[in-house]
Amino acid sequence: MADVKKVIEIIDKIIADVDEQKLFLTELDNVIGDGDHGINLARGFDAVKTIEDTFESKDIGAILKAIGMKLVSTVGGASGPLYGTAFMKSGALLNGKTEMDMNDFIEMLQVSIDGIMKRGKAVKGEKTMLDAMIPAHDAIKASYEADGDAKKALDAGVKAAEEGIEYTKTIIATKGRASYLGERSIGHQDPGATSFTLMLKAVQELA
Amino acid sequence: MVGIVVVSHSPKLAEGVVELASLMAPETPMKAAGGMDDGGFGTSFEKITEAIDEVYSDDGVAIFMDLGSAVMTTEMVLESMEDRKIKMVDCPVTEGAIAAAVVAAGGASLEEVVQVAQASKEQAKF
Repeated sequence: MADVKKVIEIIDKIIADVDEQKLFLTELDNVIGDGDHGINLARGFDAVKTIEDTFESKDIGAILKAIGMKLVSTVGGASGPLYGTAFMKSGALLNGKTEMDMNDFIEMLQVSIDGIMKRGKAVKGEKTMLDAMIPAHDAIKASYEADGDAKKALDAGVKAAEEGIEYTKTIIATKGRASYLGERSIGHQDPGATSFTLMLKAVQELA
Repeated sequence: MVGIVVVSHSPKLAEGVVELASLMAPETPMKAAGGMDDGGFGTSFEKITEAIDEVYSDDGVAIFMDLGSAVMTTEMVLESMEDRKIKMVDCPVTEGAIAAAVVAAGGASLEEVVQVAQASKEQAKF
C-alpha cells in the first residue's frame, strides 16, 4: 500500500488540500461552531510542513507520531487534540515500519477512532468526525476482507465517509460548541466529518 | 503551596480569572494559560505546559479549564507529565479558581483544594 515515500506524498497532499479548503471548513464551522476549524487545521498542517524535511529519515510510525505532536501543539482548537491523538496512536501502531499494507491502514483507522472516542468522550451519532470515520473504517474493512482489492476498499471508504457527512446534516449536535445550538444545528454538515473525508480522499487518490 | 493554572480559549478571560482570584489570595502561585502563542483564540499545549512549570511545587497544581479543547489539550499536557501531582477540576472556572486560591493560601493540600473548588459546581448563586 505505502512506503515512507508514499506516506510523505500523501501527507503533502493533505497539507495542500487542508490549506485549499480552509475557508470552506471554517465557513461550515462558522454556522454551528466557533468558526475556526479550517484556519486551525491549516495552521497545524502548515506547522507539519516545517518538519517535513525530517520525515525521509524516519519510519512511518515516527512520522505519524511527529505529525500528531505537531498538531496538538499548534492547532489550538478541538481538532488539535483529536486529530493529534489519532496520528499519535497511529504512530504507536506503526512504530518501526517502513512499509504499511491495507490491514495496517484498517487497524490505523481503528486505533484513531478509539483514541478520538476516548479523548472527546464521544460516540457515533453526535455529529462529529466519528460519523464519517466509523462508517469509512467499516466499509473499507468489509470490502477489503471480501475480495482483497485495496483500491475498491478505499473507494468504498470514501463513499461511506461522504454518506457520513450527509448523515451529520440530519442530526442534532450533542458534542462540542455546536451542541449549544440544539435543533438549529440540523441541516448543517459537521466540519470535522468533512475534514476527515478530505484526508481520506488524499489516501484514496495516492495510495 | 498548591499552585493554580487557568486555561481558556481567551487570553483575557484566563488573565481576568487569575486577576480576580489574586485579589483574594495574592500569595497563591497562579498563572493564566489563555489563547494561542500568537495571542489569538484557542488553547496552546506549550502555554499550558509553561504555566504549570511556573507554579509547580511538590504540593501540586490544580487546573481550571473552560470548554472543549481547553479540557482536551490540558489532558494531553497532563499525560506528558504523569509523574507530577496535578489535578484538573470539573467546576465553574471563576468560582472554582477563587475558592481554590483562597484555600491554597491557607495551606490546604491539593486534595482539599480540589474538593473545595469542585463544591462550587453545586453552589446556587441565588
